[in-house]
Amino acid sequence: MANSNLDLHKNGVVAPTKKKKLRDLLYSQTVAPYFFVFPFLITFVIFFAYPVVTTIVMSFQEVLPGQVSFVGLENYKELWNPTFLKAIKNSSVYTILTLAILIPIPLVLAVFLNSKVMFAKNLFRSITFIPALTSVVVAGIIFRLIFGQQEGALLNSILGIIGVEPRAWLNHAGTSMFTLVVLATWKWMGINILYFLAGLQNIPKELYESAEVDGASTWRKFLHITLPLLKPISIYVFTISIYGGFSMFAESYMLYGSNKSPNNIGLTIVGYLYSKGIEQNNLGFGSAIGITLLVITLVITFIQLKFFGMFKKEEQ
Amino acid sequence: MDVTKRKFTPSSLILLIIFIIISVFALFPLFAIALGSLKPSTEILRFGLNLKIQPELLSFKNYSFIFNGGTDYFSWYKNSILITITSTILCLLFTSMVGYGLAVYQFKFKNLIFGLVLIVMMIPVEIIMLPLYKLTMGLGLMDTLLGAFLPFVVAPIPIFFFRQYASGLPKDLLDAARVDGCTEVGIYFRIMMPLMAPAFSSMAILQALHSWNNFLWPLIVLRSSEKLTLPIGLSTLLTPYGNNYDVLIAGSVMAIFPVLILYIFFQRYFIEGMTAGGVKG
Repeated sequence: MANSNLDLHKNGVVAPTKKKKLRDLLYSQTVAPYFFVFPFLITFVIFFAYPVVTTIVMSFQEVLPGQVSFVGLENYKELWNPTFLKAIKNSSVYTILTLAILIPIPLVLAVFLNSKVMFAKNLFRSITFIPALTSVVVAGIIFRLIFGQQEGALLNSILGIIGVEPRAWLNHAGTSMFTLVVLATWKWMGINILYFLAGLQNIPKELYESAEVDGASTWRKFLHITLPLLKPISIYVFTISIYGGFSMFAESYMLYGSNKSPNNIGLTIVGYLYSKGIEQNNLGFGSAIGITLLVITLVITFIQLKFFGMFKKEEQ
Repeated sequence: MDVTKRKFTPSSLILLIIFIIISVFALFPLFAIALGSLKPSTEILRFGLNLKIQPELLSFKNYSFIFNGGTDYFSWYKNSILITITSTILCLLFTSMVGYGLAVYQFKFKNLIFGLVLIVMMIPVEIIMLPLYKLTMGLGLMDTLLGAFLPFVVAPIPIFFFRQYASGLPKDLLDAARVDGCTEVGIYFRIMMPLMAPAFSSMAILQALHSWNNFLWPLIVLRSSEKLTLPIGLSTLLTPYGNNYDVLIAGSVMAIFPVLILYIFFQRYFIEGMTAGGVKG
């Protein structure tokens, strides 16, 4: 698209000499934008559009080295198996739990941090943000060892004080999910607080002042001013949390030291994609998993936009 | 910002206590691993990570083991630094150009192209991992540092951010520069780019941190031990036998260290960069 336009422009320029033509090109405000967006266009075509098309096509193929054949919906039919359903379940539960924790708690903490009676705001803001700096790999290593099955491992030794038997946290479905959620809470709490703080700072102070004149309580101010006005940033945090939740992989990989967990209790959708596509080199089936992930995220985004959209209408 | 005098009330005390608890929750895992890095690895294997301090066991042996060589740790470190610097410079150069182009000029496909940027932003990258893997193999970029970052160098979030930032730049400067005989590209590199310096700082942090911590794609592309980046290298040490725990624990601490130091000095840009996606114009 861009190139044809460029050529057209070049041909359209009446240039007495080559030098003049080049000069015109350098000063042309018609050509310049295409020069600037060119890096995006080329990488978009090669590293995005082409792969998206390839993966859609591959999801209907059996891809063997040197031999590719169309198998229709075979890959999608094969998806209906207990392992993939478990992966979907794990990813969904993880997403729901992280949403349930990482939206309300950071929101309330941000309101606290922003309140007039709070001291040392910047210090606490800086400290809560620090976990976000660590890589998932390092965070995974730390939590794997804190949640270790040894009696002396941090969590077991703390629970030992109150008489709870040491347990192998990562070997059972419930406790391993708990570990994943604690890890996510640790890593993302600070960043979500920052998002909500940014949202709070955009709320005009006058709103609170006039509410105070009307004698509104702190709770009512929170309910009727803060919450509704935090909606845009909440939708944003909600959206990125859903995407992050459903594409979770590294956390589980690090807790188990590989993509394998006992009874697949740590298997996620992306983990299954990695296992089939990369480890077993089954690109066709792997692509079908990828397309499923795409459909899941798009459907949820659509429902969510619809939901928040309807919400908006009700208010008016 | 707040100049009004504040009084210390009972609710201040409650809030302080809440935030002290949160801060402890945020910091103790890092403290635990820093402490663990000073313990013999056999101790970690037997007792896991804990906060017990036995002075007679603490030493810098794990660190001196890494520094004495014999492991690929410093190759990983070097690779991570190389990839982080190269990909950050290329990312900033290209995405700032694209963002600027989309913000400053009126052209036919402007909205379409911006729409494409948003689509890239909305589709989880994990979905195109397999075709990208096939493509990377086809291009002969498997197990190369270039292959580990090239597909994601022109990232959508920085484009979005630079576009927002560039929309706020004074347009009369553009006209003044044109009158002075500056070329369009010259205007960008000589006048507009310096004006976008704060945006560059935030995006440099965002991209560098992303690159330093990146996991899935380098895990797929990099294969031989001396080519790995720091996170991938560390992940290979996580075996059930724990025979590498000395390098693993001390190496993890050394991986966080440069980030923490930079954070102390450039906190503002970290915060701006990492919350960039939430900025609405």
